Amino acid sequence: MTIPHTEVGPARVPRHWLRMVVIWAVLSAVAIPLIVLVLGPHLPPGRMTSEAGSQRDANTLMTALLAPIVVSVLVFFLYSIVAFRERGAAIVDGPPLRGHVPMQTAWVLFTSVIVVALAAWGSYTLIVSSHGAGGGQGPDPVAVPSHRSQDLVVQVIGQQWNWTYRFPAYQDVETDHLELPNHSPIEFHVTSLDVTHSFWAYQLGVKADAVPGVDNVAFVHTRDDGNFNIRCAELCGLWHGHMFQTGNVVTPVAFKSWISSEQKAEAPNLRYLPPFGRTYFPAPFRRAG
Amino acid sequence: MTTYAAERPLLPAWRGLIGFNMFTALALGAGGWFLGAWIGGQIAVGNDYLIATDQNDVGILMGYLFGLIGWLGGLGFFNYPVSRLLGRPATVREKESGGAARYFTLCTDHKVVGIQYFFGVGIFFFIGGLNAMLMRTELLRPVERAWPAGQYLSLMSLHGTMMIMMTSAFILGPFGNYFVPLMIGARRMAFPRIEALTFWLVPPAGLILLSAIAFGGIPTGWTGYAPLGTEGRSGMDAYIFAFMLIGLSLTLTGINLLTTILTMRAPGLTWTRLPIFVWGVLSTSILMALAAPVLIAALLMELMDRAANTSFYLTSSGGSPYLYENLFWFFGHPEVYILALPGFGIVLEILPVFARKPLWGYKLAVAGMLGVTFLSFMVWQHHLFVSGMNSGLRPFYMLTTELISIPTGFIFLNAMGTLWHGRIRFTVPMLFALAFFFNFLIGGLSGIFLSDVPSDVTTHGSYFVMAHFHYTIMGGLVFAFFAAVYYWLPKMTGVVLNERLGKIHFWLMFVFFNLTFFPLFAAGFLDMPRRVSTYAPSLQTLNDFVSASAFVLGSSMLIFIANLIYSLVFARIPAAENPWASRGLEWQVPTPVPLENFERIPIVNSGPYEYGVEGAPPTATLGPVAVPAAGS
Amino acid sequence: MNRAGRVLAVSAGIAFAAALTAYYIVSYLMMTPPSVAASGSAPRARLTLQTVASLGFKPHPDWVSYLAKNPQGKWVHGTILKVPAHSLVTVTIYQYDTATGLRNPFWGGFHGTVGPVTVNGKAIKTLDPSLASHTFAIPDLGVSVPLKGVADKAPNQCSVAPCTLAEAHNTIVFTFRTGKRGTFRWQCFVPCAAGFILGFGGPMQSLGYMDGLLEVV
Repeated sequence: MTIPHTEVGPARVPRHWLRMVVIWAVLSAVAIPLIVLVLGPHLPPGRMTSEAGSQRDANTLMTALLAPIVVSVLVFFLYSIVAFRERGAAIVDGPPLRGHVPMQTAWVLFTSVIVVALAAWGSYTLIVSSHGAGGGQGPDPVAVPSHRSQDLVVQVIGQQWNWTYRFPAYQDVETDHLELPNHSPIEFHVTSLDVTHSFWAYQLGVKADAVPGVDNVAFVHTRDDGNFNIRCAELCGLWHGHMFQTGNVVTPVAFKSWISSEQKAEAPNLRYLPPFGRTYFPAPFRRAG
Repeated sequence: MTTYAAERPLLPAWRGLIGFNMFTALALGAGGWFLGAWIGGQIAVGNDYLIATDQNDVGILMGYLFGLIGWLGGLGFFNYPVSRLLGRPATVREKESGGAARYFTLCTDHKVVGIQYFFGVGIFFFIGGLNAMLMRTELLRPVERAWPAGQYLSLMSLHGTMMIMMTSAFILGPFGNYFVPLMIGARRMAFPRIEALTFWLVPPAGLILLSAIAFGGIPTGWTGYAPLGTEGRSGMDAYIFAFMLIGLSLTLTGINLLTTILTMRAPGLTWTRLPIFVWGVLSTSILMALAAPVLIAALLMELMDRAANTSFYLTSSGGSPYLYENLFWFFGHPEVYILALPGFGIVLEILPVFARKPLWGYKLAVAGMLGVTFLSFMVWQHHLFVSGMNSGLRPFYMLTTELISIPTGFIFLNAMGTLWHGRIRFTVPMLFALAFFFNFLIGGLSGIFLSDVPSDVTTHGSYFVMAHFHYTIMGGLVFAFFAAVYYWLPKMTGVVLNERLGKIHFWLMFVFFNLTFFPLFAAGFLDMPRRVSTYAPSLQTLNDFVSASAFVLGSSMLIFIANLIYSLVFARIPAAENPWASRGLEWQVPTPVPLENFERIPIVNSGPYEYGVEGAPPTATLGPVAVPAAGS
Repeated sequence: MNRAGRVLAVSAGIAFAAALTAYYIVSYLMMTPPSVAASGSAPRARLTLQTVASLGFKPHPDWVSYLAKNPQGKWVHGTILKVPAHSLVTVTIYQYDTATGLRNPFWGGFHGTVGPVTVNGKAIKTLDPSLASHTFAIPDLGVSVPLKGVADKAPNQCSVAPCTLAEAHNTIVFTFRTGKRGTFRWQCFVPCAAGFILGFGGPMQSLGYMDGLLEVV
């Protein structure tokens, strides 16, 4: 194709590409190790559970994968607007390039491959390797760990504006504080008594909406001891931002002694609790004055 | 050229206030409010649950309804149907009222509606922006100091709802209405009176939304989730009613623009010659016409739950909060593209003009826009990945959501190809258009984190989401809006905007936009949920930095307002008919644009981006004989 | 008037409207209930509160509400309570409302209190959740005490705040310990907002009624 109205000789064209590729390669070669080795270990949500670990891996891999893409687009844009900037007063037209079919095809194929690969890898993590990745799966989970019967079942009850927890394995005792044994499979059953909340145990990598009348199940496998933050991630009214608690992952012995002290403390109230259920249906009454 | 119909006889200035105009409409609207509230009060007599709350939802809703009827009647929207019922002939006489007064009346001239939209939506946009400044004031401290928690929630909801309501028509309102007929060589829109209605629904929607804080505020954010919204105070009625009005306005805008583009293109304007902005408007119109009615339905059911004791969304009476979430996001996700697609159209329209090259890969750009339109109806459950609904379908929604990045990527490829070897001029509109790509790159790619379920479990409901959609909506749509303002305002107003102030505005806005929102990705990663007035004390430095940047970002808007007032009122330097030497058909008509746009319907000879093409004919033949059009 | 003058007048009008809107929003934001200091000082302080079924005066005569007694012995319609840090705070609540019942019976137990909780002078260990009228709960300090409602058919029920000791009531006394300084929310867990869906709108989500802040200073 002839290129009218331009002093840039055809010989210089490849050099633009070369420069951009070199800049891109250098920046990407710096960025990717930095992301994987330096930023990666600080990315959320940590490794307190295997599910949190898989989320961190997802976050790290995606940051590392997207960095060269961001760099390539930015390098192209910045290079073009610097190299092809026109400062003169007269308005001169550029070469009438309308498209380049092989390049367009390559771009479509390239982005499609990346996108489909990402979706396939995300689905694999979600369903196969990470049992729902700590996300709420509703009453009939599709991604279930192999030894589900050994899970410690913890029912999380959201209400305006606090979380309480019931342990069906321990006489249905209810507490307003959460401790979990380390190196154990945990099965959260999240529900709500009033409006929609979202149970977010940050370091555990758990997030599951608490919806009234719904039993939302999330699986995690705890690893080491530590504290974790519990927040509400779905706007639930006035004190939404204050639905904050700190939980602990402790040794199984410490967990047993904690739960038995809770059972003792809650004993007078235990007979008033409703029988353990997957969901509870408080009436939407309007009490007249 | 005819400008306006015969001058009216000189009358005292105050006489202009009497008649069918905005002031009459305000008075009748206020009267309608009191009438409706009184009727609602009569309905509520003896109704325990309406009285015990010290709020009468029925009265407030009736007030809004009658107020709206009064408002529309005061503007004269019922004159035409009534006169047709009486057997009088059909006219579009509303177009002919002259002078500045026509901006305050029902006017069926698409150019007047465009200007009305520009100022009307702009004012509410700045109120929404003021809310953002007040929110950042609260967030200077990790506990509530400036405003109490409840008021903060209302403020946040008001900001979100106002911004979504107003920015939905941010580009289609002013620029779609003004320029689509000019760009397709038409004299008017397909439904001029409906076009006027779409605008005149916007001010009552904005005012009704603002009235929420007189009735206890909005506790739900812009999503209005049930049952939280059902149990809230009467401010929720304002939210529901206002958002329904906007839903109606969007539906009608969509249908109107769709019909106009499909049926009223000038001879010779084939689909491959259609300006890319019109393609953007077309795809947005499809989304509006199909998605916005779902919003109206969802909100109507919430309104019934509140005021008429139904239980669509109340679990223990057989309803489900999931129903609301599904309906809302079935509107809500296309809505995100209602915001994004016109921006794509604007930037791709502007790049060729200032790179002086044809749009690179035109058909790919069209495919990208239509692809986004199509896919955007299939992704809504990615807002509900952890809700516990349809967990088996999550891989499907993960795939469709990530697929959307393919057509979005086309837009980037078009831009890159257009810039390549261009003669790039850094005018203010070009700067905004280029910044759009920078912001949208970050906004779009951060969306990939949210589409991947394992990653979304970390980031869902956190400030990461908040940063993501501000990058796409503010960094995308609002930057595209300002690109359009600086590009087209000379044609719309006939005066030049000050370039130096424009550049100061751009650089302040661009730098401080990024300084405001980029750190918020980190805040989300560091465990800060959205919509909170309190946060971990360890995040205070980060939040203070963001607030400081936000204040500068807010003040950059004041520079824009100063520029607007300075250029439009004081300097008033007349703009050339085609200051950017654009080949667009809208630039080939005189400034100010005559009443009927074209003396005769133009014949389009070539596409609008034939820069550098030797022997390209002028874009269109405008005159009665084949004379080359001015400025090409 | 020339064109520039008209445009300027319109701009001035818009600026005026914007200023009015800003004033409207900001004045809404500034609405806070008055704060009330506890009597006594570190390490022991005393708070006296009452709950009423309906406030009886504007802006919300039918709303359920807390009131607090200021150190001068006057009842104040405010729920921002100032208490000293690292202290034992003894709270006396005169409870005038009838029972609604707890949505989550868990809150029928006493949490975070020091020493016995007495209802009308008698120490009890837990409350039947269906008898609860309100709770006084500071979740961040782990404090939660249910308040027994007066019988539905009790004679001489209070209808206008502030109620007097001559009217039907229960007196609940308990003590909790404050730690370091800070601001903590307190609230009620009984869905007691009459007329609102789920009983949790209006007064349950309004500072000054069933919600408050505990300022530990």
